[in-house]
Amino acid sequence: MKSIEELRKVKEESLKRINLRKDREEGTRIVVSMDTCGIAAGARSILMSLLDEVNKRDLKDVTVTQTGCIGACNLEPVFEVYKPGEEKVTYVHMTLEKAKQVMEEHIINGKIVQEYTIGSNQ
Amino acid sequence: MNIYRSHVLICGGTGCTSSKSDKLQEKFEKLLVEKELDKEVKVVRTGCFGLCEAGPIIIVYPEGSFYSQVKIDDVEEIIEEHLLKGRIVKRLLFKDAIVEDIVKSVDEVDFYKKQKRIALKNCGVINPEDIDEYIALDGYLALGKALTEMTPEEVIETVKDSGLRGRGGGGFPTGLKWGFTAKAEGNQKYVLCNADEGDPGAFMDRSILEGDPHSVIEAMALAGYAIGSNQGYVYIRAEYPIAVERLQIAINQAREKGLLGKNIFGSDFDFDMEIRLGAGAFVCGEETALIASIEGERGMPRNKPPYPANKGLWQKPTLINNVETYANVAQIILHGADWFKEMGTEKSPGTKVFALGGKINNTGLIEIPMGTTLREVIYEVGGGIPNGKKFKAVQTGGPSGGCITSESLDTPIDFDSLTSIGSMMGSGGMIVMDEDDCMVDIARFFLDFTVEESCGKCPPCRIGTKRMLEILEKITSGKGEPEDLDRLERLAENIKVSSLCGLGQTAPNPVLSTLKHFRHEYEAHVNEKRCPFPHLRINSI
Repeated sequence: MKSIEELRKVKEESLKRINLRKDREEGTRIVVSMDTCGIAAGARSILMSLLDEVNKRDLKDVTVTQTGCIGACNLEPVFEVYKPGEEKVTYVHMTLEKAKQVMEEHIINGKIVQEYTIGSNQ
Repeated sequence: MNIYRSHVLICGGTGCTSSKSDKLQEKFEKLLVEKELDKEVKVVRTGCFGLCEAGPIIIVYPEGSFYSQVKIDDVEEIIEEHLLKGRIVKRLLFKDAIVEDIVKSVDEVDFYKKQKRIALKNCGVINPEDIDEYIALDGYLALGKALTEMTPEEVIETVKDSGLRGRGGGGFPTGLKWGFTAKAEGNQKYVLCNADEGDPGAFMDRSILEGDPHSVIEAMALAGYAIGSNQGYVYIRAEYPIAVERLQIAINQAREKGLLGKNIFGSDFDFDMEIRLGAGAFVCGEETALIASIEGERGMPRNKPPYPANKGLWQKPTLINNVETYANVAQIILHGADWFKEMGTEKSPGTKVFALGGKINNTGLIEIPMGTTLREVIYEVGGGIPNGKKFKAVQTGGPSGGCITSESLDTPIDFDSLTSIGSMMGSGGMIVMDEDDCMVDIARFFLDFTVEESCGKCPPCRIGTKRMLEILEKITSGKGEPEDLDRLERLAENIKVSSLCGLGQTAPNPVLSTLKHFRHEYEAHVNEKRCPFPHLRINSI
């Protein structure tokens, strides 16, 4: 990195990918909380299953990635969904079955599975 | 891309569309053009908000006003009142505070409402194993700014002005430390990061390193520039394998991008860093013991002065800060000292990360502005005590701190207030106890930990804490005598004043504070020769 301009270029390119706001334009981003407590609660198998579903269904505009602790350790495993034009949705107490359901109903068909969201579990 | 001052989200789910939300959208778009607001206000059609029975639903940001059952004729009023004049149309707001619903974005959920994320800004947002994502959210911009626009003195001044204090528990002004190390004479200086987080129940630093390792790397490079050092070490406990792995990945990526190494940002500043693993000794969180451990010696503290700022690692001037302290630095450089001082209290600006644990509903990791009260943390952020039990006490500062009772719940959380009520900020562990917990056993638990972790160098800590534990075990097993309490107290006071390092000086605190606030529980053990609480003994670590 030799200049701030160079840094800004990287910034602009990656921001499109991880834009957290509702005005994001590119694809769906699923972010699995993968810190120690998430992993201990089973986040790794959920991450793998989400990746598996995305590959199996050939969902080209869906990315699955990992992140650190969102803080709600008692609600782990947790993942968040960022879709263009939507507020982010936080799914908590995830299991393989629930993750599959979210994949079908929300990621593919655009209907939030409300009973699994953080708002319903506080 | 246009910047809009306001977003109108119109639900386009099946439910709302069947109650004519598409017509609402047309009307909004038409009227916004007529009133020449279409460049300022963006209309977005969204997926289902999940509250179909209250549809059609419209949400107006940035306020996040949640309008329900909006009719075509209401559109004009929303535009006239809300979007033009900034007055929310209360009549159309969804009643019932929608507690149960997703439309409360995550920030609105009680758990997050009182939080303010600075050190944890990127945790849970970016992929920690991808440097580009860190850069996307202004990562390394502070380093770039410092290297191209600021002198090392200006960096130190900014940190000083911000009032940032050491988040590892000491609360020493960070800027002063930077200043001392910068002034110290020496041809080689070092920047250390203390990631030897060892308090039972504390995991703030682990989460930062697991979730946002670059924030620490960037801050250490900034510190290197400020004090004139080109080499950093992160001392991290080996019990944190994921944090270690992600930090190493982050260091490698920063090197690849030239953000560590030679001539960073085209300047003549070089900086690189390495990881050093701790082998699981609590005392190595004490700075001189940590330095000894990096040098390959047995991890034991030594007398201060000389302080590490003058004689630290390999006898060279050394700056040592905690993970969370570093995690604030880039933000301060980027947004300025005044921005930071706006948060928190006058003497403790900014935020503090806490690990909430014990008898509390929302166990987890929180970051709150300093000055938030314990009551707010426990009952609002933490969601209160489970199973309808009554709050008894909260332990801050782990094995070095003390317990805080219900009378002090309205104390604002900052370095000085917590010390004044006989506890301490500590590194950020917060363990909540309910009415079923035996405070004598809590004290025994923490003392058991410090006895185990005492390095053995000085007798007051090595022998004194052991004797204290023996007395406590006598009391908890129903064999205590009334004189034991005085003996315990006297021993505790002596250990506090005569121990070499912080470990011994603070080890008696849990006993002293429970003796102060819950003496009757000790007396019950001694007089009735049994524990008055029907509980399981806490296992030792």
